[in-house]
Amino acid sequence: MTSELDIFVGNTTLIDEDVYRLWLDGYSVSDAVSLRVRSGILEQTGATAAVLQSDTMDHYRTFHMLERLLHAPPKLLHQLIFQIPPSRQALLIERYYAFDEAFVREVLGKKLSKGTKKDLDDISTKTGITLKSCRRQFDNFKRVFKVVEEMRGSLVDNIQQHFLLSDRLARDYAAIVFFASNRFETGKKKLQYLSFGDFAFCAELMIQNWTLGAVDSQVDDMDVDLDKEFLQDLKELKMLVADKDLLDLHKSLVCTALRGKLGVFSEMEANFKNLSRGLVNVAAKLTHNKDVRDLFVDLVEKFVEPCRSDHWPLNDVRLFLNQYSASVHSLDGFRHQALWDRYMGTLRGCLLRLYHD
Amino acid sequence: MPGKLKVKIVAGRHLPVMDRASDLTDAFVEVKFGNTTFKTDVYLKSLNPQWNSEWFKFEVDDEDLQDEPLQITVLDHDTYSANDAIGKVYIDIDPLLYSEAATVISGWFPIYDTIHGIRGEINVVVKVDLFNDLNRFRQSSCGVKFFCTTSIPKCYRAVIIHGFVEELVVNEDPEYQWIDRIRTPRASNEARQRLISLMSGELQRKIGLKVLEMRGNAVVGYLQCFDLEGESGLVVRAIGTACTLDKLSSPAAFLPACNSPSKEMKEIPFNEDPNPNTHSSGPSTPLKNQTYSFSPSKSYSRQSSSSDTDLSLTPKTGMGSGSAGKEGGPFKALLRQQTQSALEQREFPFFTLTAFPPGFLVHVGGVVSARSVKLLDRIHNPAFVGIMGNTRSYKLLDWNSFNSDEPETRDAWWAEIRQEIKSHAKALGCHAVVGYSESTSICEEVCILSASGTAAVLNPRFLQDGTVEGCLEQRLEENLPVGCGFCHIPYDELNMPFPAHLTYCCNCRKQKVPDVLFTTIDLPTDAAVIGKGCLIQARLCRLKKKAQAEANATAISNLLPFMEYEVHTQLMNKLKLKGMNALFGLRIQITVGENMLMGLASATGVYLAALPTPGGIQIAGKTPNDGSYEQHISHMQKKINDTIAKNKELYEINPPEVSEEIIGSPIPEPRQRSRLLRSQSESSDEVTELDLSHGKKDAFVLEIDDTDAMEDVHSLLTDVPPPSGFYSCNTEIMPGINNWTSEIQMFTSVRVIRLSSLNLTNQALNKNFNDLCENLLKSLYFKLRSMIPCCLCHVNFTVSLPEDELIQVTVTAVAITFDKNQALQTTKTHVEKSLQRASTDNEELLQFPLELCSDSLPSHPFPPAKEHLESASSNSGIPAAQRATSVDYSSFADRCSSWIELIKLKAQTIRRGSIKTTVTVEKASPMGEGNFRNRSAPPCASSTVGVVKMTPLSFIPGAKITKYLGIINMFFIRETTSLREEGGVSGFLHAFIAEVFAMVRAHVAALGGNAVVSYIMKQCVFMENPNKNQAQCLINVSGDAVVFVRESELEVVSTQQPTANCQPSCPGGEVTT
Repeated sequence: MTSELDIFVGNTTLIDEDVYRLWLDGYSVSDAVSLRVRSGILEQTGATAAVLQSDTMDHYRTFHMLERLLHAPPKLLHQLIFQIPPSRQALLIERYYAFDEAFVREVLGKKLSKGTKKDLDDISTKTGITLKSCRRQFDNFKRVFKVVEEMRGSLVDNIQQHFLLSDRLARDYAAIVFFASNRFETGKKKLQYLSFGDFAFCAELMIQNWTLGAVDSQVDDMDVDLDKEFLQDLKELKMLVADKDLLDLHKSLVCTALRGKLGVFSEMEANFKNLSRGLVNVAAKLTHNKDVRDLFVDLVEKFVEPCRSDHWPLNDVRLFLNQYSASVHSLDGFRHQALWDRYMGTLRGCLLRLYHD
Repeated sequence: MPGKLKVKIVAGRHLPVMDRASDLTDAFVEVKFGNTTFKTDVYLKSLNPQWNSEWFKFEVDDEDLQDEPLQITVLDHDTYSANDAIGKVYIDIDPLLYSEAATVISGWFPIYDTIHGIRGEINVVVKVDLFNDLNRFRQSSCGVKFFCTTSIPKCYRAVIIHGFVEELVVNEDPEYQWIDRIRTPRASNEARQRLISLMSGELQRKIGLKVLEMRGNAVVGYLQCFDLEGESGLVVRAIGTACTLDKLSSPAAFLPACNSPSKEMKEIPFNEDPNPNTHSSGPSTPLKNQTYSFSPSKSYSRQSSSSDTDLSLTPKTGMGSGSAGKEGGPFKALLRQQTQSALEQREFPFFTLTAFPPGFLVHVGGVVSARSVKLLDRIHNPAFVGIMGNTRSYKLLDWNSFNSDEPETRDAWWAEIRQEIKSHAKALGCHAVVGYSESTSICEEVCILSASGTAAVLNPRFLQDGTVEGCLEQRLEENLPVGCGFCHIPYDELNMPFPAHLTYCCNCRKQKVPDVLFTTIDLPTDAAVIGKGCLIQARLCRLKKKAQAEANATAISNLLPFMEYEVHTQLMNKLKLKGMNALFGLRIQITVGENMLMGLASATGVYLAALPTPGGIQIAGKTPNDGSYEQHISHMQKKINDTIAKNKELYEINPPEVSEEIIGSPIPEPRQRSRLLRSQSESSDEVTELDLSHGKKDAFVLEIDDTDAMEDVHSLLTDVPPPSGFYSCNTEIMPGINNWTSEIQMFTSVRVIRLSSLNLTNQALNKNFNDLCENLLKSLYFKLRSMIPCCLCHVNFTVSLPEDELIQVTVTAVAITFDKNQALQTTKTHVEKSLQRASTDNEELLQFPLELCSDSLPSHPFPPAKEHLESASSNSGIPAAQRATSVDYSSFADRCSSWIELIKLKAQTIRRGSIKTTVTVEKASPMGEGNFRNRSAPPCASSTVGVVKMTPLSFIPGAKITKYLGIINMFFIRETTSLREEGGVSGFLHAFIAEVFAMVRAHVAALGGNAVVSYIMKQCVFMENPNKNQAQCLINVSGDAVVFVRESELEVVSTQQPTANCQPSCPGGEVTT
């Protein structure tokens, strides 16, 4: 006796959250069944393995049919085939677009092209995430990227509108899209200590302050592309380190203000010129695409690492950066105050976030 | 010019890409009704076209309006080649033809293609302007309401229940026409869908005409079926119960006003006397029904095959039997005589209803059934077969010309069967059959026709031509104790149609009752039941040799009696094993296949307080000398006894102990438990009476004389009870549970198994079939575990044998949650109530609120006590644990959906059309307005797609149906030539059933409804050919589209004053007793 056909269709589509998770995680039906058996569900419910098998198959089939709709979540809301309560629809969408930290760290800043897809095998082996799940996550990134890439308006809003994601997840996707389109390097060994959250935080600050959208909300790609003009202008900051008098004056202003307040004052005093040169040079280099990509590498190399090797506490870093930014306003010979603020305001936020072990 | 049909095509969305080059579609729409076709403009390059067409107007006869479906075809325009069809929508405009139903059909319909399934949606508005037609020779029957519901619909009351209506229409099946060889599968499928749609329209119209002839205005319990007879054609047949219904105007009528019971009593709907020549009819006032007041009895059914075929069974009229010693006797006899006179004029005193207004059902005799095996090839009129020479070529002719007399053949077949049923009922001393249904099973050219029902004695007050004196009526009322009256035997105890074991009723101790009772109806609302009920199934397979035509039919007819006997024995044993004494909703299905017969009987077992406690099951061995064998036997016996004890506990069956003296000594008659009078015949020339009693021996003794019997006993014990928290039944409501909460989940589950070995034995087959059913049930319990505590209601199993080694089982049911805490309370009070009933004669006080409730809302699922309890507890603010959790849930759901709603609002501004649906939905469901209570906040109300509930039951728990919008009767075909790509057979059928649900919901929503009640999947014919990568499936569903309002929302409007009124007479929560 073999089962040829075995289906269950409810007027309200039944969604089992546990099975959905297993499906999203890319397990095959048989793996999912054995995982469910291990969870002790048979003992709890008195069901047999055959029942579990049939149930799992059924859910997998439903999810498979829903997947097409999940690719364009507004369709899921308007379709008539599956009657699903809104709270469940939200759950389906949210979980489908959720991603693994380990995976996103591997792909963040990479071009979302076919070439990268081949690397998914390696990522799967490296992270222990099933290839199927990697595919889904990668395809999600790519799909969102494709849809919002050339769209007018706020990146987060666009993502929310077209994918109906929660605010939190939409922000994450905005960061992924932003990183992918600017191709920031995140994979270097030096940057391994950074989490996706760190990068997402930086991305949000950069989107808010450094993109076209920061100055004009009526342009295409406003949140995705960095403001080229702004990057060009950053060259002007170079005088802060090139002009010796200015550098000295800047240093003395910072040192005076921070004397006695910093635990690592002497180290700061000794390193001031190096740090300042580092930060200003990063700015000046951003005209080149290549250097834009290396932004995070540079920041870590030029600032985070020196400070860390001197064991600066986070609070000292904060005091220093605040003073370092503010003191520029007192430099009479320096005319690009607004530019400096736009640059340093964002950079300060990023650096503080990046500064940890 | 009796009608003008107006159609407007608004927009489309989610259309498929038809032009690969541009990834877009140039869509336009053809609107066709009858022979008239209109077209919209082509909307270039869009997947979401906005046609916004003018109003297309069709001027048509109302006859066509009833028969024809509106056909909407969406096409892709192609300049160089033929236009490609995207898909179709068929809209049945019948609901627009009743005055009270829907006034407009407007909404998004899935665009359906028989090869590709649903491909996008189209927004359509349909209206009908109907002119009054005074032509008395008219062929249309606009205005007759149809209901699938097998009880008086909730917002109506029955003025008169007229009786049985039937009709059938025969046509050639397009699938078997010669043209099918040259046309595409799509064209063939569409021809079939359209034909069936036409035929059901015609059938409905014809039935409507019969109803008008009987001066009724509605058909209740309308059941339409298709017989796919292959080469010999397509039969669409329908049965129903004609009624005159009156709409209940007061929306708050369902709340029992218990302050003035006596006054209310006089206003029970049935006091009008339809007959002007009766003597004084008491205080009743014949108000509204002058139109029905004179009623010459008509012969509305076909007379062709009837009257002269009176079968030799002599009807046992009660008069002069001299047996009735109790005071109820003479009245009973009188009543019977009158009922008889009322019913005798009808050819078939049958009622498709399964639940009745209180007082309608007087006595129940038992199940009557009849089967007949027919050969379909006989159907061909020999005349034309002779002319044409072979059966194939005649199809080249206009087949309408000689198909016209074919219905007569089928009519004659059914008339024979109905006649048998009628005579069986007479033999049981009954003059009517209730819960009547008909079915067929077809395999190749053999067809089994089956009919079954419950023989009953009815109260003539409800029947049009009944005459009853007011005073007699009054006295009868007093003498019929509530809750047990229907159990009392209708036949004469000294002149019984079959040997039966009778005792005095355990409830009233006045009348005789049988020891077990089998019925096809729902449990009467006023029946006194102890404990809970459960689903009981008997399953059986019998191998048969493959044979042709005549030989095959003979083989089948020879097997049938044995199958019936075994099914019956199994049912009886399982009932005993559960410790119960009555079956309701019994449905025995016999399915014929190439090489086997399958029998599946489903029923809901209960313990009726009126009937005696069932005895146990004894096992006896044939070889008593063998010691180890003895031991084995006693071991089995112990197991059985344990099971009975366990079941009694599980279903809370603890009847009050009654000493023998009170009951009186049983009538010394051989024990017998059959109420199932059946017969079958091949051509119905002779009727064979099968005595299902177990001869002279004590029937509860199971003799184990061979391994077969051993197997049987084992299989008895293998039925596993549902996991705790689950109950199941196949009736509308579960006896013993009455505090449903509002969560419902209707589902369909299909399983097909392939039998492995070629040389199967009956035992192996039985085991396979049994496992299939049991595993299916287990799967359901597992799937629905999140709803615990819940009850599977209206569990409907259908077995078919699509191929040699395939068995297909289809289950449709609804899971309803209930409140466990309250369940315990009410069952307790219920038992107390029945105890009290048994011990005191002071029933009337108790009786009033009960009657009132069910009067104002016939067969209301909740006893009034519970409503009081609920409103009382919610007023006094005693929050049950359950309520607290439900608040939590909804607030959680709110949180979950709040942001998605926000986004949706944004999204809507850029998405035209979606706003439209929201508006219709809100208009359709007047909810969300007065959400005074937190718990009633529906998380789904804000969805862009309105939620449409579906249920096989006639009610929606926790809600009141405010309007019936019309019948939904849909037929779909789906075919694929890429089975593997669509996920194999399971993927294919899963998607198809989901699509069928979607189309039903869309039609209901377009009518302005928010639920389908009495939903039934009448047919699910699945055929596959995996080698060719092909599959085909036909599905036929029906139900009633309704508008419902949650009681929690109604309360806001109406509770205040009625509850205030209630306070003096029934304070606090003590109403329950």
